[in-house]
Amino acid sequence: MGEKRQVYLDYSATTPVKKEVAAAMLPYFTEHFGNPSSLYTFGQEAKTALRTAKEQVAGLVGAQASEIYFTGSGTEADNWAVVGGAMWKRGKGRHVITTEIEHHAVLHSAEYLAKEGFEVTYLPVGADGLVRAEDLKGALREDTTIVSVMFANNEIGTVQPIAELCRIAHDAGALFHTDAVQAAGSLPIDVGALGVDMMSLSAHKIYGPKGVGALYIKKGVNLPTYIHGGAQESGKRAGTENVAGIVGFGKAAELAGQDFETRTKKIAGLRDYLVERVQGEIPDIRINGCLEARLPGNINITFKYIEGEAIMLLLDMAGVSVSTGSACTSASLAPSHVLKAIGVPVDEIHGSIRMTVGDFTVKEDVDYAVDTLKAAVEKLRSISALNGR
Amino acid sequence: MSSMYNEKVIEHFSNPHNAGDMENPDGEGVYGSPVCGDMMKIMIRVDENDVIVDAKFKTFGCGSAIASSSVATDMIIGKTVDEALDITNRDVLDELGGLPAIKVHCSVLADHAIKSAIYDYSQKSGKTYAGLEGFDPNADADDTHHGCDMEISLPEKFSDL
Repeated sequence: MGEKRQVYLDYSATTPVKKEVAAAMLPYFTEHFGNPSSLYTFGQEAKTALRTAKEQVAGLVGAQASEIYFTGSGTEADNWAVVGGAMWKRGKGRHVITTEIEHHAVLHSAEYLAKEGFEVTYLPVGADGLVRAEDLKGALREDTTIVSVMFANNEIGTVQPIAELCRIAHDAGALFHTDAVQAAGSLPIDVGALGVDMMSLSAHKIYGPKGVGALYIKKGVNLPTYIHGGAQESGKRAGTENVAGIVGFGKAAELAGQDFETRTKKIAGLRDYLVERVQGEIPDIRINGCLEARLPGNINITFKYIEGEAIMLLLDMAGVSVSTGSACTSASLAPSHVLKAIGVPVDEIHGSIRMTVGDFTVKEDVDYAVDTLKAAVEKLRSISALNGR
Repeated sequence: MSSMYNEKVIEHFSNPHNAGDMENPDGEGVYGSPVCGDMMKIMIRVDENDVIVDAKFKTFGCGSAIASSSVATDMIIGKTVDEALDITNRDVLDELGGLPAIKVHCSVLADHAIKSAIYDYSQKSGKTYAGLEGFDPNADADDTHHGCDMEISLPEKFSDL
């Protein structure tokens, strides 16, 4: 198997901060530490930096800088959009639509709304992991105020037909939000072409720092203030800005837009190579979700007869980082709701592994990871109580 | 390396003792279910003095389930059947040096799998053991402990996820 190496294949969980990003951030901790709300030079330096970052993030998704509102995370952006949107329009109706495969930031926001007397419809997905336009059409009602469908799924990477779904929601008079935390930087995004009213973004998925997100709010969509206090973020989201973090987000967004095609093509190539090797060398596997409409770096595979945490541990011992949909790694011991929604049998969910390739992955990493994976799967299958091996 | 487990658990997980099959075991017990994410099979060989001279396991499950199988089989080898029946999940836990709270059910799994194997042996040999009193090898594995009793139906119970 060759020499041991550290191979990070969990870019969907988080990404390393790029050196250029860290370098851009540093002065904002020490030299340019001013409060952007202060009117003297220190403050105005910071304020200028925020403006630049806003333009950079807006640039990544084809928005105007004034349509970008920084938050503390992608989760906060999701909460703001879904809860804020539903509360805002509750005079018109109390019905909200989302999907069975959303991130918990949206699911639990919807659940909160349900407790507050809203009605929530969860759209199913097919085995391919995609929402059907007809299902949305069938779910929309006169009292539907907001539809939230994630752009790309964090577990299986499937990419939804956002423009089409958005148009359907708008035809029915509902707002449309999309969680693009996984999609940004990996797929070309143009909010204008998509037509969405709100879109959630996160810095740490695109080689920026943790603790910074953003909500795109289309001009004219007067989403109410989410955090009350000062006049930051046009009075919509108060609190002294995480200036260094926001500067990092801006830089990361700028870098994500550079060499976009070369970068994503390289990532997709490595992912395809990984899948090809696994399919060719490891029997009794199952690829979860369709391969066509999928994030370039994502693959989710079930290894039958064995359990995902055990696979993850063996890989970790060999220096390879992946994640699993197995119940055994979640605090609640519940298996992945996404894999359940696409119809993966529960016993096979336990044996699922998500691998995500990113900018720093090289072919040798993939080879090492597959070699390690092969050995781990063989070892665990040799001691498994399940028949078939 | 992951700090979720202590060194002993990691050692037993990465180099499990007594893993594999046994030909014509005197007793064999399976506990757990694939749907629950862990299933343990324990096989035992018992000599004429009622001593468990060999034990093997095959386990579908996470790191702690495999480590629990490894120490549990270690623990029963050399013990009489009666002594083996005295082993509780607490003993398995202690032997492992503890498991994260959420993984404690894996030690219960081992305890039950041992009892199931001995139950099978008692059926085959016609012997009776006080330690098996009230033990039902067919009791629903799903009810006892883990994630399985919260089998979810989407989306009403997202709070459980």
